[in-house]
Amino acid sequence: MRIFRQANRIRTLGVLLVGVLLLMGAGDSTSRVEKLGHQMMCVCSCSQILMECNHVGCTYSDTMRRELTAAVDAGKTDPQVLAIFVEKYGTTVLAAPTHSGFDRVAWLLPYIALVVGIGGVAFIVRAWHKRRVPATVAASSGLSAADLSRLREQARQETDL
Amino acid sequence: MAQIGSFVLLLALALSGYSFVFGAVALFRRDSLSAVITETARRAGIASFVAVLIAAAILVTAAFKNDFSIAYIYHHSNIDLPAPYKFATLWSGQEGSLLFWSLLLAGYGFVLRLRHKTDERLFAHASVIIAAVQVFFLLLLNFAARPFAVTQGELPLDGAGLNPLLQYPEMVIHPPMLYLGYVGFTVPFAFALGALIMKYPGDKWIHITRRWTMVTWGLLSCGIALGAHWAYYVLGWGGYWGWDPVEVASLLPWLTGTAFLHSVMMQEKRGMLKVWNIWLIFITFGLCIFGTFLTRSGVVNSVHAFAQSSIGDWFVAFLAIIAAVCIFFYIYNRSHLRTEHHLESLVSRESSFLFNNVLFLLICFVALWGTLFPVLSEWIQGHKITVGPPFFNSVTVPFALLLLLLTAVGPLLAWRKTSIGSLKRNFLWPTVGAIAVGVFLVATPPSWGSVFGMRPWTDVAYLYSLMAAMLAALVIFTVAAEFLRGGRVISGHTGRGLVPSMMLLGHRNTRRYGGYVVHIGMALIFIGVLGTPLNRTAEKEMGFGEKIDIGPYSLVSRSFTQDQTANYTSSIAILDVYRGGKLITTLYPESRFFTATQQPQHMPSVYSPLREDLYVVFEGQNQDTGRPIIKAHLNPLVSWLWIGVLVMLFGTALALFPNAPAPVRAVATAPVAAGFHAPTAPVGAD
Repeated sequence: MRIFRQANRIRTLGVLLVGVLLLMGAGDSTSRVEKLGHQMMCVCSCSQILMECNHVGCTYSDTMRRELTAAVDAGKTDPQVLAIFVEKYGTTVLAAPTHSGFDRVAWLLPYIALVVGIGGVAFIVRAWHKRRVPATVAASSGLSAADLSRLREQARQETDL
Repeated sequence: MAQIGSFVLLLALALSGYSFVFGAVALFRRDSLSAVITETARRAGIASFVAVLIAAAILVTAAFKNDFSIAYIYHHSNIDLPAPYKFATLWSGQEGSLLFWSLLLAGYGFVLRLRHKTDERLFAHASVIIAAVQVFFLLLLNFAARPFAVTQGELPLDGAGLNPLLQYPEMVIHPPMLYLGYVGFTVPFAFALGALIMKYPGDKWIHITRRWTMVTWGLLSCGIALGAHWAYYVLGWGGYWGWDPVEVASLLPWLTGTAFLHSVMMQEKRGMLKVWNIWLIFITFGLCIFGTFLTRSGVVNSVHAFAQSSIGDWFVAFLAIIAAVCIFFYIYNRSHLRTEHHLESLVSRESSFLFNNVLFLLICFVALWGTLFPVLSEWIQGHKITVGPPFFNSVTVPFALLLLLLTAVGPLLAWRKTSIGSLKRNFLWPTVGAIAVGVFLVATPPSWGSVFGMRPWTDVAYLYSLMAAMLAALVIFTVAAEFLRGGRVISGHTGRGLVPSMMLLGHRNTRRYGGYVVHIGMALIFIGVLGTPLNRTAEKEMGFGEKIDIGPYSLVSRSFTQDQTANYTSSIAILDVYRGGKLITTLYPESRFFTATQQPQHMPSVYSPLREDLYVVFEGQNQDTGRPIIKAHLNPLVSWLWIGVLVMLFGTALALFPNAPAPVRAVATAPVAAGFHAPTAPVGAD
């Protein structure tokens, strides 16, 4: 029974947490318009973000902003608003590739390159490290290995780039 | 005038062609005549600079004389255009800017050919390669993009005028800086390729080109920063970087060039990464040409690209030739590039340089990938998509933060291997300081200002901002600690004060400490950028006495006025700015309408204290009410971006200064232990 009670508590806590997070993310309509407006381009061929288009006499941006506000006020979700704009203005209205289909490649490739690049360097360093010939220090130096190491490091610190 | 210009350009092509062909023949002949032929090729190269200079002077003179019989002058100038912009006509359009490219290249070649005594054979190789590049651009100017083409039909009475966006003082210096950077990378490329072709022994070519590369890098940095500054103060959208293909085109060689400046130290110090370095400089030059192709071919959409034209094919062919030549000589002579040492530890200066290079190249790849992805998408999916700032920001920012971390850590790692003790000693206090900065930014109340009271858990952009602030602080603290440490040692030896000792430290090894100053500049640039997610905007139609509240400021409309010059008419809003009820300044945002081009243009007015920019734009007038529309942006910390650029350029200049002579050291009386050589250079010396 105790275990069930604990599970219930955890479930309730989870639901509350999700609710709070959703409320935090919901935002008011002005901030949603601002956020969505920064995910779209103005289609007047100025290559500017919708909310940043400042062309004098631009025939698109004001209309698009009004449409965006109306869609948000009508209670559409973010994906629905974006879908409405894509249908009306085409895929170029979205300021970034979507996370589906071939567009996903645009997002994935940089991170694959990061893993390959960093992993490649780490691999090379390890491979070189394994086959290196350790430098020998003359036994008759009269100094301990720790002293020599400290002095060598000091020399490097003081003379290196 | 047009005929003389065309003739001089043809002459320049002939001279460059001679310099290239006969210079190359002389290099391969190796007989008694080769020295004579080399000398004539060198002189032809010098003469080609004079010819291109005359051609450029003719075009500028034509702009000042309003010679609209030259089509280029007709399209890019007009009678009432102010004199500085008439001068800037030279680089305002496709043909003129290519002529300017050619002039700068010929200028670099001129300097190089005058300094040929430094190393005649290497300089002869570099001269031939520069002549080859010159031939390409002069072919373009003579046959594909002719600046002296004659206006067809009736001679116009006035010109079509210069694009209003270009009528801003910075436009007179931004393109030359950018082009000096772009074109300048031809010189290290020429030396690198020349050294590879002749299997040049040692790394002397790197020592010769080090200053060229640093100057070029500094000029390109300056050009990019001026472009961002121009975008901020002219385009009027409240930002300075929009990931436009033209901006990306300038960033790509800067990234690989920066990687080269770091990795080349491994070749100088330890004889490592020879193949990597030579390819980095090849790629950097290739990206300069590719960027030029990108902005002139119409292959991608851009706000400020040149008109679409057929010269893209020429660039593709040239890029293919460059790639073929580089690959051929690399395969043919690659045995010459064997590394002398291997990496010994992951925690070492060498590793940090390698990771730094990987990150620079990754950011370069992402920028290029994002710019070209719309073309790829259209090819594969059949429809074009947009890859705009949201993509670039979300992908490049984490990489840039990693790079900032390496900027803090790398310089304090020892060559070969760094001990745990050394890590603790060098990084403990800077890390504590950086964490303290982070805690302070989160714990302070938001009412203190835009960047205080950060809530990194509410938005990933705020998290990035907080990380950028902490890492920038880490960079500044580690560099400061390094200066302090070295300064204390010198102070202890010489009895000088700490500050003079630190100055002496910098002077004894200008390259090292100039580099550190560049790192501080980069940290400040990050501080300038990190406020971006916290930007705020407000827009309102304003009658007299009405106000807009934005952040801690209130903008009150005092009056509106109009002005007229020969070049444009303008409407100006006069807005009083209050903070805490106290008048602090008056702003004058302007909306101009240019007579010749019949195009409008905003001129924002900006109040820039260090904490934030109050950026005000006269957006236009409501057609129905006639009331002016004012848009205000509150952009935190932007001033630090420009300060960071200045610090970075100062650091670059410092790194170019010769080192102070090392003091004479007393000979040690005690015998030095066998097997260990005491350092022969004083603190801070190279």
